[in-house]
Amino acid sequence: MTSWLYISPLMLVLIPFFVLPILVVLVASVFETDGFGGLIPTFTLANYGTVLTSGLTYNLYFETVKFTILTWFFTLLLGFFVAYFLVFHVRNPLLAIGLFLICTVPFWTSNIIRMISWIPLLGKEGLINSALLHLGLIREPLEFLLYSGFAVVVAYVHQLTIFMIVPIFNSMARIDKRVVEAAIDAGASRFDIMRLIIVPLSKSGIALGSIFVASIVMGDFFVTKVMSGGGSASVVGAFYEDISVLQYPGAAASAVILTVVLLVMVSLILRTVDIRKEITQ
Amino acid sequence: MTAKHNGKTGKSGKGIDRRSFLKAGAAVAGAAVGTDAITGFPTIWAQEIKDIELRHVGVSYSVVKAIGDQAAKDLGFKVTMQNLDTSAAINRFITQPNSVDIADLEGWQAKLAAKRGVIQGIEARKIKEFDNFLPIFTKGELDGHKIPRQGISPYEALYIAKPDATELHDGVTEWLTNVPQVYNADSIGYRPDLVGHTVTEWKDLIDPKFKGKAAILDVPAIGIMDAALCFESAGLIKYGNKGNMTKKEIDFTCDKLIELKKSGQFRATWTTFDQSVQLMAAGEVVIQSMWSPAVAAVRVKQIPCVYAPVNFKDGKEGYRGWCNGMGLMKHLSGKKLDAAYEYMNWYMSGWQGAFVSRYGYYSPVPSTAKKFMTPAEYTFWYEGKPAPEPVTDPYGVPMEVAGTVRDGGSFVERVTNISCWNTLMDESAYMNKRWNDFKVA
Repeated sequence: MTSWLYISPLMLVLIPFFVLPILVVLVASVFETDGFGGLIPTFTLANYGTVLTSGLTYNLYFETVKFTILTWFFTLLLGFFVAYFLVFHVRNPLLAIGLFLICTVPFWTSNIIRMISWIPLLGKEGLINSALLHLGLIREPLEFLLYSGFAVVVAYVHQLTIFMIVPIFNSMARIDKRVVEAAIDAGASRFDIMRLIIVPLSKSGIALGSIFVASIVMGDFFVTKVMSGGGSASVVGAFYEDISVLQYPGAAASAVILTVVLLVMVSLILRTVDIRKEITQ
Repeated sequence: MTAKHNGKTGKSGKGIDRRSFLKAGAAVAGAAVGTDAITGFPTIWAQEIKDIELRHVGVSYSVVKAIGDQAAKDLGFKVTMQNLDTSAAINRFITQPNSVDIADLEGWQAKLAAKRGVIQGIEARKIKEFDNFLPIFTKGELDGHKIPRQGISPYEALYIAKPDATELHDGVTEWLTNVPQVYNADSIGYRPDLVGHTVTEWKDLIDPKFKGKAAILDVPAIGIMDAALCFESAGLIKYGNKGNMTKKEIDFTCDKLIELKKSGQFRATWTTFDQSVQLMAAGEVVIQSMWSPAVAAVRVKQIPCVYAPVNFKDGKEGYRGWCNGMGLMKHLSGKKLDAAYEYMNWYMSGWQGAFVSRYGYYSPVPSTAKKFMTPAEYTFWYEGKPAPEPVTDPYGVPMEVAGTVRDGGSFVERVTNISCWNTLMDESAYMNKRWNDFKVA
C-alpha cells in the first residue's frame, strides 16, 4: 500500500503526459485516413507495411543514425575529458564547481540561438572563410562548412556536450581518489589508470550521457533541417511533413517505429551497465 | 463614486442613461481618433463588445500583429493575432477548431476546412465591399483575362452552395468559405550583379552556370510547383496540371530534382522568409525562388536583388500565385459572430490593404486600399510606374529611392501572368514521400 503511495506522484505525471499520448499515437497508427485529415477507425497494419517496405525509411534512418553516432562520439570525447580535467586536475573543489558552472553558461541561451549563431561563422562569406581567405590559405571559400553534414554535427555537438559532461562529472566525482593514489604507488602508468580505473568507474555516467545524446538526436529534426540547409532529412522531419498534409496514420506508424527503435537502443546501452546499482552504491 | 451611485439607483433610468451616455461618448471619441472609414457598430453596443476577443490564427506573413492592433483600436474589441507555420495552422484548425475564431486560410486549406466542417459559410451580402472585390476572386477573371486554375485558384476555393456545405461549389453563390485578404505572385529573386543578365525565365534557376549558387523553397507542396515551373521552362516536360500532378509527373519532377541535387546545383533549400533573405544577403546563393518582401529585405541591406518578371512566354513561365483569406470557425455565433463580420469588413475598408501593399502584397479591394496610400505609393506598388518620391515599408523604413520601378511592373501585368496557385495535390502523400527522397538523396 505505502509503496503505491510512493510511486503515485510519478504515475500522476507519467500516465496523462506519457502513457495516454503514446496510446493515442498507437491507436491512430492502425486507423485509415480519408486523405483530408479524417480518421477511419479500423484495424489495419497497412501503415506499418508502407513505412517498413519503403526505401525512404531506411535512407532516413541511415542519415539519422549517422548523425547520432558522430554526435555521440564527439560529445563523449569532449565530455569525458572536460569532466576528467575538472575532477582530477583542478585541486580546489570550489574552483572545480565554479568551472563546472561555467560549462553551463552557453546553455543559458536557447538551443535555436546557439545553432543559428554558427551560420555567420561558417558561411561562404563567414568569419572562418574570410579569415582563411585573408591568410591566403585557401583561394575559394570552403563550402562544406555550412549547409552540410559537418555543420549539422557541429551544431549537435555544441548543443549536447553538456549532457555528457554532467553525468560523467557526477560519476567521476564519486571515484575514491585514494584508489588512484594506490595505483600510482603500485607503479601504474597514466594510461593504465585511465583504462583500468577511471573509465570503468565512469561507465554509468557515460551510459547516461549516451542515452541523453542518442535519444535527443534521434528525436530531433530542426537542427538537421536548418544546418544542412535542407540538404538532408531526418526520421522525425519526414513524419512531421506527413502531418502537414494531414496523413496522421502514416505519421503515427513512423512515430511508433521510432519509439521502438529508441527503446531497443536504450536497453542495449543499459545492458552494458547496471545503472541502478551504480546510482545507489 | 459613479459605481456607488449606479448601485444605489439600481435599474432606474437615470443611472443606465448616464452610464451608456459616458460609454457611447468614449466610443465616439475613440472612433474619431481612429480612422474615418470605420463605421460599423452602433455605439450602444460599445460596452457589450469590449469584452469580445477574436483570435485570428495563421501564418506570419498574413496574420500581422500591427494590423490586429489597428483593428482593435478602430473596432473597440480585443484582437489577438497568433502565428503558426502553414502546417501547424491547418492541423490546429482541424484538430482544435474551438481554439480559433478567424482561421487564415489558403485556398487549399479552405477546401479542407470546409470538408472537415470546421468553418461556417460567410454571407456574401454581409461583406460590404464584396461588389468592389476584384473579379479575380469573385469571377475568376481580370480585365477579360481568365485567371488560370492550375492548383487551387482563389475563385475556385471561394464559394460553397449552402452555409454548411462541405464541398466547394463551382460558380457564384451567396456563401463564401473565406474572405480573401492578401495575395501575391511569386517568382525568382536574383543578384543582378552576379547573374549577369536579366532573368525572365524559370529555367535560369536550374542553369548549370549557377551550380552551387542556387536555392529552392523547401515547403513540399509549393516547392514542387517552383520546380515544375523550372522544368517546364527548360522544355523538359509539359504538365497537365502543375497544381495537381499525376504520380508519373511527380516521379519525373522529383527524380530530376535528385539529379540536380547530386550534381551540386543547390547550395541549400529554405523554409522561412528569413532563411531566404539570409541566403541571398550572405552571398550563399545568387538565384533562388523567393517571396517579394524577402527581395525587398535584401535590397534594404544595400545588396542589389531583383524579383524576376516571369511573364508568360510560349505557353510557359508565369508566376506562382497564392492568396490568404479569413474563414469563420463554426463555433462563432451571436455577438462574437457579428464582431467577426465587423472585423472582416474592417479588413476590406482599406487600412490593412494599404499596409500589406507597402511590402509588396496586394489587397483584393485596391479601391479602398488606395484611400490609405499616398499617390506616390499607389503609383509605385500598383501602377508599376517610377516612384515619384522615396518609398518606405509599412513601418516607415526607407525601401526604394525615387525613380525606382517595381520589378514585374503593374499590378495587372503581374497578376494576369500567374500560371498556377498554391495547392494541396490529390497525390500529396505520395508527393511528400518523393520530396523526402530528394531531401535525403
